[in-house]
Amino acid sequence: MTSTLQSKLASGRFVLTAEVCPPKGSDCADFLEKSRKLSGLVDAINVTDNQGATMRISPLAAAALLVREGIEPIFQITCRDRNRLALQSDLLGAAALGIENVLALTGDHISFGDHCAGKPVFDLDSVQLLQAIKGLGAGQDLAGKSVTGAPAFFVGAAAAPEAEPFPLTFYKLEKKVAAGAQFFQTQAIFDPERLRLFSEAVRPLKVKVIAGILLLKSAGMARFVTNNIPGLKVPAPLIEELEAAADPLAAGVAIAGRLAAACKPYCDGLHFMAMGREDLIPEILKAVGGRWSAVGS
Amino acid sequence: MIVSKQKPIDEILAALAGDGKIFLIGCAKCATVCKAGGEEEVWQMQEVLTSAGKEVTGSVVIDEACHMLRSGRDLRAKKEMVEEADALLVLACGAGIQSISAGTPKKTVAGLDTLFLGNIRRFGQFEQKCSLCGECILTETGCICPVTVCPKGLLNGPCGGMDSGHCETDPEKECVWFQIYERLQAQGTVEKLKKTVPQKDFSKMLKPGKLGIGK
Repeated sequence: MTSTLQSKLASGRFVLTAEVCPPKGSDCADFLEKSRKLSGLVDAINVTDNQGATMRISPLAAAALLVREGIEPIFQITCRDRNRLALQSDLLGAAALGIENVLALTGDHISFGDHCAGKPVFDLDSVQLLQAIKGLGAGQDLAGKSVTGAPAFFVGAAAAPEAEPFPLTFYKLEKKVAAGAQFFQTQAIFDPERLRLFSEAVRPLKVKVIAGILLLKSAGMARFVTNNIPGLKVPAPLIEELEAAADPLAAGVAIAGRLAAACKPYCDGLHFMAMGREDLIPEILKAVGGRWSAVGS
Repeated sequence: MIVSKQKPIDEILAALAGDGKIFLIGCAKCATVCKAGGEEEVWQMQEVLTSAGKEVTGSVVIDEACHMLRSGRDLRAKKEMVEEADALLVLACGAGIQSISAGTPKKTVAGLDTLFLGNIRRFGQFEQKCSLCGECILTETGCICPVTVCPKGLLNGPCGGMDSGHCETDPEKECVWFQIYERLQAQGTVEKLKKTVPQKDFSKMLKPGKLGIGK
């Protein structure tokens, strides 16, 4: 079993992914509608896991709904809310439901979200979660017991190319790859030069790099993510550009397009975080140029 | 030492509602250092209770309230005052309170919240450095504990929220993995960060803990 995303990347195809946040509730109509519209454009859709530690429908359920629709999901799974039993249990469930791509994450701290008084789990960290996924793939759980129908996931991990000090994060990236990560999806890139350096640094690890592009919808939102979203820092000149724009959303689309085009030479794909405005991704892609109308077909 | 702080007085008085006569107990060790349950705080509490219309039958500050035999002995020495009271108000950590309550059928009220095993920065300033996890990895981490100091307890390096060496949960705070990195670098052993640390054995901190030395 090989995921389409995996085969496309293996064949050297430049891929596009986008994240869609599952709803806070059980009504998935809107989520599915957004995903359907995107599915013609991107190669896979990331389903986020209680993003920002805000409680939403299970990403496992949401990803399974996408599979049912014939849309390829990337199931994001974090260590914040599940111990090692629940993580492995959900991974086996994902495999049984036809989910082929997994993005293994630590997860934002619970203090950022809407259930701050809850007990964060972090029984495993992202490296250990990757080891667990590798183990399941080899037919064995973390207790050394055998499992039937070993899941063959295409496994990704997160990377923050602009985080300082980079050498410190690089140790962890090496561990992630040793633990089985086959691709990195990066945090939002604001400085393509940093992505270039990052890609050079990880080249010996022989993993695919999908660069994160964040749509900044306004100066206010840029400030909000800078202050509230872990690992995201929008540079001041970009905030000023949004501030000065007559149409901030259009300016945000232009910035995202500019960054996407500049990042393209240094990665194997682009990952869009459009924060609810997934409808604008085609517009962003225009700036990237080339054969994008054919992507996903 | 065990860091504790006094509960809000309203909460203490609510717990003592209907109890007219109170016997007060403090601890001469940690609760004294925390200024939560020493001689001074026991005295102040006596004043508060009196002005709230209660009668304090007596008080004692036990040298290590967590010591079960000693707290039993000290209470027996004040037997009459204890007997006369409707409730015992204990200004000691959770361990101390339970040593005391185990030795008497009397209603016992906890006057403190017990916070953590703390290091003393300076008088009145305490910091948690150790979580008593039962499996010390300090030798590998430059003697800085990520299990405790990282809010996520991560064992293999910083999370994606680390920013310029700072923690995602508090930009004022240094990321513990950044601290470890700097320290190992200074010691010339930064290669230690290459080692993948396997899943932690949390069975070593299964509750309730018990240890008998020797035999």
